[in-house]
Amino acid sequence: MTPVTLLATTSPPAAPAAGGLDVARVRADVPMFRPRADGGRVPAYLDSAATAQKPQAVLDRTLRFYAEENANVHRGVYALSAIATEAYEGARERVRRFLGAATTREVLFTRGTTEAVNLVAQSWARPHLRAGDVILLTGMEHHSNLVPWQLVAEQTGATLREVPVTDAGELDMEAFHRACTADVKLVGVVHVSNALGTVNPVRAIADAAHAVGAVVLVDAAQSAPHLRLDVASLGADFVAFSGHKVYGPTGIGVLWGREALLEAMPPWQGGGDMIRTVTFERSTWADLPAKFEAGTPNIAGAIGLAAALDWLDGIGIERAAAHEQALLAAATEELLALGGIRLFGTAREKGPVLSFTMDGVHPHDLATVLDEDQVCVRAGHHCTQPLMRRFGVPATARASFGVYNSADDVARLVSGLRRARAIFG
Amino acid sequence: MPTPSPDLYQAIILDHHRSPRNNRALEDGACHAEGYNPLCGDQVTVWLRVADGIVQEATFQGQGCAISQASASLMTQALAGRTVAEAQALFERFQRVAQGKPEPQDGTALGKLVALSGVSAYPMRVKCATLAWHAMREALGGAALPAAADERTGGRADASRESSPSAAPPARLPAQ
Repeated sequence: MTPVTLLATTSPPAAPAAGGLDVARVRADVPMFRPRADGGRVPAYLDSAATAQKPQAVLDRTLRFYAEENANVHRGVYALSAIATEAYEGARERVRRFLGAATTREVLFTRGTTEAVNLVAQSWARPHLRAGDVILLTGMEHHSNLVPWQLVAEQTGATLREVPVTDAGELDMEAFHRACTADVKLVGVVHVSNALGTVNPVRAIADAAHAVGAVVLVDAAQSAPHLRLDVASLGADFVAFSGHKVYGPTGIGVLWGREALLEAMPPWQGGGDMIRTVTFERSTWADLPAKFEAGTPNIAGAIGLAAALDWLDGIGIERAAAHEQALLAAATEELLALGGIRLFGTAREKGPVLSFTMDGVHPHDLATVLDEDQVCVRAGHHCTQPLMRRFGVPATARASFGVYNSADDVARLVSGLRRARAIFG
Repeated sequence: MPTPSPDLYQAIILDHHRSPRNNRALEDGACHAEGYNPLCGDQVTVWLRVADGIVQEATFQGQGCAISQASASLMTQALAGRTVAEAQALFERFQRVAQGKPEPQDGTALGKLVALSGVSAYPMRVKCATLAWHAMREALGGAALPAAADERTGGRADASRESSPSAAPPARLPAQ
């Protein structure tokens, strides 16, 4: 095959320097951070919790699929279709390794975390739950791990129960254990809070849930880029994450589920590729994982996700996490030194998320002032309105870090905050 | 010292943010409507006392970013003494300028409200600036005009509809 030349440079995977991470090499891998042809300023991108920037390797792999390997999967007899199928199923195997799952039969591709949660809500919970059953969720769930359960509660007569959050932004585990009673049939918990950064004790939660016969879904959207996920040690029954937060493309995500549970679940969506036989009246279902992947999947997305996982592996997720934690610690210290800053989420164990407000400056004004210096932070409720209500604020500003962020990004954030203080006095 | 933001956070906006004018509710006889932006939580309630087709008094209360609150404050000053038709025309004119379109050369000039034209460079903030204006139009609709495009919001202006300025009936459009 001829090499793809539509995209310019492809640097080799960032080899970590001895000890620390060579952030300049990592940044060289990501087109967003390369010097601008028009001389414009490279953004200080501090919103990786919303979506991560993409390494060149992901773009190249996606383009190569469309340029050289594009065909529908699981269908054609011809060689090209076999190549596409091999690449798509290879991506599934790559995700299986990422998760430490036993088999690719447990790895379902979805549009993202949201679709993965909805799949479990509609295909596992809806047929299982009835009036009197309880869905136990934490007070720090993203709307994507709350609203699907509200829908299924309405459909089944089950009720929602909330695990409260402490002032530090940790789960009140005593309250959790009190709430985790025999009527609880499903426990949904976010691994790392997108709004607070809190890392939740998923294993302890899963063990307590299993003791009362409940199944456990873990929203790993924020942990997948920063923590080594090992489904065996997490102890959950379902784990969901999104490709785009782990340096992959948008529109692709993963649901991992225990094989026995997935086997017993009815299909969620009907269509092509998920059937064994179809008569006009009825159908029988394909085996896992195809049973849950109706229609032409996001083939290029899955392949791009696999490339992203390779890229992250090349750096080393532990090394990435150590780098991000150093940035988080430095940024936390510098923000507090400014004075007049309120932090949201001071848990003992945190992902690289810094949620805060500045006295006298609304988060949206703060984000706009920072934007004038090309410093990108999120301002808003972070799709966690119940959590914002619990802390008594309509919104916070949030800086979140990825493996490509540098000390200079932190310095630009701090300087922008000083400028905001000067403007609003 | 870093330079203050020259375009968006002008002194007049910061002044109205710090010391909002007409920042109170009106009692009996006044019509009012609430503006709420579900995306960011900004909230403004606007009260209008209308008599003989003229806005005698305009007030507001709310919470949110500096842009939304300063815009509400400036608006209440701009509306006092205007006819209902002028207030409607001002809404259209302000909305145009906030969206970066040129201010028409006829009709009632925006005056101090031009200070808010900087939001046009920040598409995500246009709704902040126009929130109080939507509430004002909603309140006017209840007071003096037949309920039109906004009636389905039941007295609550929804800023998420900002992208469809054509929701205003033709009768309210200023001469162009």
